[in-house]
Amino acid sequence: MSHAYRVELGEEILRVQDLKVWFPIKRDITDILLRKPQLYVHAVDGVSFNIRKREIFCLVGESGCGKTTTGKALLRLVPVHSGKAFFKPRKETLEILDAMGVKSENGFVELFGLKDSQFRPLRREIQMIYQDPYGSLNPRFRIKDVLEEVLLVHKIGSTKEERLEIIAKALEMVKLTPVEEFIDRYPHQLSGGQRQRVAIARAIIGNPSLIIADEPVSMLDVSIRAEILEVLLNLRTLLDVSFIFITHDLAVARYICDRIAVMYLGKIVELGDAREVIADPLHPYTEALIAAIPDPDPANRLKFRDLKIKGEVPNAVFIPPGCRFHPRCIYYEQHKETDKELEQLCPVVEPPLSEIKPERYVSCYRYPSIREIVKSGLPTANKQE
Amino acid sequence: MALLEVENLRTYFYTLRGVVKAVDGVSFELEKGETLGIVGESGCGKSTLAWSLLRLVPPPGRIVGGQIRIDGKDIVGMSESEVRREIRWKRISMIFQGAMNALNPVYTVGDQIIEPLLLHTNMTKQEALERAKELIEAVGLAPSILERYPHELSGGQKQRVVIAMALALKPDIVIADEPTTALDVVVQAQILNLMKKLHQEEKMSIILITHDLGVVTELSEKIAVMYAGKIVEFGRAEDIFENPLHPYTKALIRAVPRLKGDIHKLEYIPGTPPDLRSPPPGCRFAPRCPRRFEPCDKEEPPMIEYSKGHYVACWLYSKR
Repeated sequence: MSHAYRVELGEEILRVQDLKVWFPIKRDITDILLRKPQLYVHAVDGVSFNIRKREIFCLVGESGCGKTTTGKALLRLVPVHSGKAFFKPRKETLEILDAMGVKSENGFVELFGLKDSQFRPLRREIQMIYQDPYGSLNPRFRIKDVLEEVLLVHKIGSTKEERLEIIAKALEMVKLTPVEEFIDRYPHQLSGGQRQRVAIARAIIGNPSLIIADEPVSMLDVSIRAEILEVLLNLRTLLDVSFIFITHDLAVARYICDRIAVMYLGKIVELGDAREVIADPLHPYTEALIAAIPDPDPANRLKFRDLKIKGEVPNAVFIPPGCRFHPRCIYYEQHKETDKELEQLCPVVEPPLSEIKPERYVSCYRYPSIREIVKSGLPTANKQE
Repeated sequence: MALLEVENLRTYFYTLRGVVKAVDGVSFELEKGETLGIVGESGCGKSTLAWSLLRLVPPPGRIVGGQIRIDGKDIVGMSESEVRREIRWKRISMIFQGAMNALNPVYTVGDQIIEPLLLHTNMTKQEALERAKELIEAVGLAPSILERYPHELSGGQKQRVVIAMALALKPDIVIADEPTTALDVVVQAQILNLMKKLHQEEKMSIILITHDLGVVTELSEKIAVMYAGKIVEFGRAEDIFENPLHPYTKALIRAVPRLKGDIHKLEYIPGTPPDLRSPPPGCRFAPRCPRRFEPCDKEEPPMIEYSKGHYVACWLYSKR
């Protein structure tokens, strides 16, 4: 059965290239005197992807894999080590940026090269929804104040009446109706689901073109989750908005997303159509993740779950050389005896993320075409500094 | 006689803003070696139920009525010292939610595991440490963990330590309150495998409390669905998932996205759970129920046995 929600995607609006976010570890005085090298937590370590208009793009992975940091980096909420992100704002915003002297190419602006003041108009275009609807709304603001603040900051609507009208429209879009009943309430008077809808209203009120939703339903009860997911799905056609949807829940990703990118230790290891990736995972890590998820089926009680992974996630300071997954990889362990080439590749050279089937990207030496790329000496070689 | 019989248990919280009826007339039985899953959403009273079974309800809450019988002996009426000596940890123990906070950061893991052994048995410290070593191996950890402090362990390791602690005195019943909620899926699968193994090898009775329908089916032979302080449906896991009766159970199952099969439009339950200070007079689910009809708002539906071992409290199935 085809998915009721699949929509026609538009042109590209975001291209992220080799994004790295490294957090320096503080050195104490003896480290400096002993000339110990500066160490970094490699939270995001070379991530590339692009997003099209109206697309819902998922970043999935376990805690600490860098999915949230990737989202924050696009809003410049964390310092970026290197990499580029080209973003295509709406026409109006582009005109404002033009007037500020920002260079653009075919309508794309590079986000990380901008000054803070130049980035400000773009904040209206890229919005974030946070995981915790209890912590992300100011408890002393009424709902209308929460939403009006955005309008005042971005100078939208010239009179109070005009702003109230915009607020009412946003609340209707997230189905917080009747609007009059909610507009004067405080966050503590709302349920978790209603609060999350206020947070969504706040994100859409400035008419953004990209929304970064960081685990927006993880803290909600299951009976409410579906409702929030539906609100998000409706928004993309109503507002022509794209989403980066960050989640650890693959079942939710399968339901809501067009494409998913599976992250492990700061890197994308597999990327492709959401349903295809989950039905037929190509990377051993994706396979292990999917095998570990309990699906509600009473028959599972009788069997032990076969875990296709060894050990625990290593420290993001000392990333394993070569393929960063190889110390935990069952495929590598089972095949290194018979397939001698693996021993020269997996622990040595990082596999590039490459297209091995139409629209299916994976970084694993299981696939001969990826070995060929590396052997012919084309890109990559794991650079560690 | 079942190992554990809970009859019409009521636990209320006496807050300044009114009486919160968190658990309001809950009855069920647990046989020896059986696994029971209790599912429900936040605020349905499932954790309060767990605290009640251990007689550990935090103030201003207290058990105001009903019985909890272990081997026929009621523990609601027992004195606190008797519960501490005879029941808690010895007969019935608990794996706490959020292992991160359940361990004391200033003691080593070993010290924490031997504490109940020293208090409840005549073991010497040396014997207790031997037993601790056995326990830590049973949960799949290396004995060297005993000398470490909680902050040196990963989330999965801490959760295993908490499980080892719950098993220390070989209790008949272990209550696991959201044992995997804060863990990543791979670690969650490891912990669930461990609990399955302990259940099979030690013939331990387990009460698993969770909001996650996937997790509950991993372990539970029987499932109780809770809503607003009451059990609304009870039966074998197969009954609950293949033939759910209560509209709430049905809606809950349809609200969860699956990993396999066709993608159906998810359904959600409109509205919010009732305020447990003043629950609706009839069925507590009635205000949100798509199948509500005339008796639902007036009178509470009784729990009836729909088919053998499959109970439901809903007017759709009872004759008035």
